[in-house]
Order: sequence, then structure tokens, then C-alpha cells
Amino acid sequence: MTVDNPRTPGAGAAAGTDHPMLAVRDLCKSYGDVEAVRGVSFDVRAGEVVVIIGPSGCGKSTTLRCLNLLEEPNRGTLRLDDRELDFSNRRTLPAGRDLARFRARFGMVFQQFDLFAHKTAIENVMIGQVVVKKIRPERAQAAARDLLRRVGLEGMDDRRPRELSGGQQQRVAIARALAMSPEVLLFDEVTSALDPELVGEVLEVMQDLAREGATMVVVTHEMSFARDVADRVLFMDQGQLVEEGTAAEVMVNPRNPRTRTFLARYHRGAQEDPGQGGA
Amino acid sequence: MGYKWDFYMIFAGYEWWWLKGLGITVAYASATVGGGLLIGVVCGMGLLANRWWLSGPIHVYVETFRCTPVLVQIVWFYFALPILLNAVVPGGGLELPAWLAAGIGLTLYMGCFATEIFRGGIISIDKGQWQAARAIGMTYAEMMWHIVLPQAVRRMVPPFVNQSVIQFKNTALLYVVAVPDLMYTGYLVVADTYRPLEVYSAVAIAYFVILYPLTQWGKRLEARSDR
Ligand SMILES: Nc1ncnc2c1ncn2[C@@H]1O[C@H](COP(=O)(O)OP(=O)(O)OP(=O)(O)O)[C@@H](O)[C@H]1O
Ligand SMILES: [Mg+2]
Repeated sequence: MTVDNPRTPGAGAAAGTDHPMLAVRDLCKSYGDVEAVRGVSFDVRAGEVVVIIGPSGCGKSTTLRCLNLLEEPNRGTLRLDDRELDFSNRRTLPAGRDLARFRARFGMVFQQFDLFAHKTAIENVMIGQVVVKKIRPERAQAAARDLLRRVGLEGMDDRRPRELSGGQQQRVAIARALAMSPEVLLFDEVTSALDPELVGEVLEVMQDLAREGATMVVVTHEMSFARDVADRVLFMDQGQLVEEGTAAEVMVNPRNPRTRTFLARYHRGAQEDPGQGGA
Repeated sequence: MGYKWDFYMIFAGYEWWWLKGLGITVAYASATVGGGLLIGVVCGMGLLANRWWLSGPIHVYVETFRCTPVLVQIVWFYFALPILLNAVVPGGGLELPAWLAAGIGLTLYMGCFATEIFRGGIISIDKGQWQAARAIGMTYAEMMWHIVLPQAVRRMVPPFVNQSVIQFKNTALLYVVAVPDLMYTGYLVVADTYRPLEVYSAVAIAYFVILYPLTQWGKRLEARSDR
């Protein structure tokens, strides 16, 4: 299995250097009076897995959604490989088709799967290729079939979303994102809506992707995933990045008191102890 | 029963009248439903665009037609609009034929409900579907065409069929402006034959025979869209 992705890692300006693939500076996003994200800056290098953790409502989803411009940030800059956007200067921002195509350079997977309800599994994986990338349907179908096999769903091509379990739907959603050959994959609590026994099959697919060198930004409450897969962990609180480091640094020996308070809840309640297993 | 029914009398010699009346009713119903659908799509899209200068006038239109009786609308378009046009257009050269004026009223009436049905169908589609479509790089038009509309149309069909049935019945109101539809034809035949019981019963049955299958079909669609 390989990530059929022309840009990560290998090609592109970001490869083989310390030049990050994705650079975010001073990102801000408010909804009316609510400052959801308040000046967040971080880098993601090609092939890196960055996990964002933090309490509910701290702005994790908003941060992800600002990256692929599902939300338009109020301020800050974002550079993806060769393309830099300055949100203070609306004239530099893509619009219309340009914006849509920029967005497709990210692949996003959502908590609620959000598969297209009127389409079968394979159609869900094909539609972006056919509509957005203008790939011939026969070729798109072959690629989609490969991708479904890759996420362990061989033979489920013609199932409708409602005929699939949550874990299967989420794996189709991952295949749908991969079908666009995105440069960066964004995961927003993709296992939170799943029954516990289905979480593993989705995490496994994500772990495979990480191993194959996909560039990923993952928001999750799965501390074991952060510990085992993350190259770097970011801790967010109240719209700000409070702490950043390797999984061991952030999760085992957090310096910030807010990180400590947050992690203590997991130490107490969880069957697995990220404080010891991850070291 | 002392009354002697005689249906032969109201049909013999009037076949052509009836056929023409039925044709006019069906034509008015189809044309005004079709026109209303078109208005509904355009105005519905306008409301969804979230531009005040678009949605403002559309709201005024929808509420005006929803909150006035359709009979008043037909009469207004037939009697009042020509006067207004003559006053506005210098020289008064603008003639609006009666059949057209009445038809415009009915079309706009259908259009205001179609607008609501269209908008309602679109916004009933889960926001997750929209964001998933945008996340894979679709433009607004691509998202609408490939993801939102195919799902929304299924939900729009049952209310639209219901509204079309109502619209079909409303064409009977055209008789007040002397458009020779099914109802007005009945009025004429009564004047000729003095047989109101047979005539108006026949008219009612004609509407029923056409509309009953339509409502049943609407019910079936509704049941299917629940699944
Ligand atoms: N569309 C919106 N309109 C208004 N407020 C919003 C909107 N989206 C998010 N917010 C607010 O912004 C803040 C950050 O929300 P966000 O969803 O990013 O948090 P989160 O870290 O993802 O939380 P969770 O772990 O519960 O998913 C919250 O206070 C939330 O109420
Ligand atoms: Mg969230």
C-alpha cells in the first residue's frame, strides 16, 4: 500500500527540507463575540502527524476548519506548500472555483461521517474525482475500488451509507478524502460518534496512513492514538495553543498547568494510562 | 325520489363545450403549475443566496400572495391591473388580454408556495452533506447539482404534488372572470338547460376523477420519501 499522493512526501517545495508543508501564523476566528481561535501558530512538515488535543469548546474544530477554509479566518496567514494566504488582506484570498480547488488540497474527515446519503459507497469515493478532478468515470471507479479495498471494505461497493455500520461509513469517508490525493489530511474527532468496538478499525486505517507517510492533522480524544502515532502533540485551551511538543513531552511531562489538569482527567478515568504507556 | 335525473340532456349537443372547458381547465392548471414551479426555483434560489436586496423583494412577493385570497388576486389582475398599466404606460397602448391577466394571478399564487417548497426542501438537507461536498473541493453549483438537489428534490415532490392539486381546484375560480373553464362551462350549460343538479354534479365528478388519482400518487410519494 502506498499513498498515491504526488506531493507528500517527495515532490513539492516542502520535501526533503525543514521548510514546512503547512505553516499557520496568528490564526484568529470569531463568531460574533465568541473568539473561538485566538492567534494560533504552528507548522506541519511533510509526512508528519500532528495531533491536537484540548477540552471541549477550546477551538480545535474551528482551527481545522480554518485550515481548509470551511471557515474564513478573520486574521492570520496560512501557507500550504507554494500558496500563501493572508486573511487580513481579502484581495489575496481565493474565491469561487479557485477557493473550492484550494480546499481540495486538504482532505477532511468528520465526526458524523457525512457520507452522501443518496450515493453508494463507491459513488461516494468517485464523485470528487469525477466532478472536481474531471477524471473519467471508469478510471475513477477503478481508483475508488482500490481505495475501498485499502480501508478494508472490499465487496461493499454498492452499499448505501445507511446499510453500513458507523465504522464502515467512517472508512468510506476516509477513502472519499483520499480519492482527491490531498496534500494534508484533516481528521476531526472521527471516532467520537462510534460505538467503542468500532473505534479500533478506524484508528487502524489512520495508523496505516501515517505509516505510509501521509501528512495529517488529527483532532482526537483518543490518547492512545496521540501517544502511539503522533509526531507532535498540540494542546489547545480557550482558543490558544498552550503547549506543543512530542507526545512524550506533552502527555507525560506537561509543563503547563492547564495541560496537566486536562490530562489528569484521562489518567483518572481511562483504562489505559497515557502517562506510563507512552514513554 | 321525485326528481328525475337526466344526464343525457346536459351532454347531448354540449359535448364540444364540455371538452373545451375541460381542456381549458387542464391547460390553466398545467401552465400555472409549470410557471409557478419556475418562479419557485428562481425565487427559492434567490432566498438561499442570502443577499438582502434579493431576499427582501422575494419575501414581500411571497407574503403578499400567501396572505391575500386567491380570488381577490384573480379579480385584481383581471380588473385592476389593466387600469394600472394604462395609467403607468403613457398613451395606454398596453393591452393585457383577460385570459392572460387571470393566468398571471394564478401563476404568481402557485409561485409563492413553490418558492417555500423549494427553499424548504433545500434547507432540510443536513449541513454535514454541504460541508462534505465543499471539503472535497466542489463549487457551490457543483454541490447544489450533485449533492443537495438530488436529495432535496425527493423531499419537494410530495408537497409540490399537494400544492398542484390545490392549484388545479383553484382554477375553478376563473369562472368569476368569464374564462370558459370547466366550471364556467357548467354555468353556461345550466343557463341553457336549467339542469343545475346534473351539471354541477358532473362538474364535481370531473374534478374528482382527475384529482383523486393525483392525491393518491402524492400519498405514495410521501410514504416513499419517509424511508
Ligand atoms: N458556527 C459557530 N457559531 C458560533 N459559535 C461557534 C460556531 N462554531 C463554534 N463556535 C464556538 O467556538 C468555540 C470553539 O468551538 P469548536 O467547535 O472549535 O471547539 P472544539 O474544541 O472543537 O470542541 P469539541 O471538543 O466540543 O468539538 C466554542 O465556544 C463554540 O461554541
Ligand atoms: Mg470539535
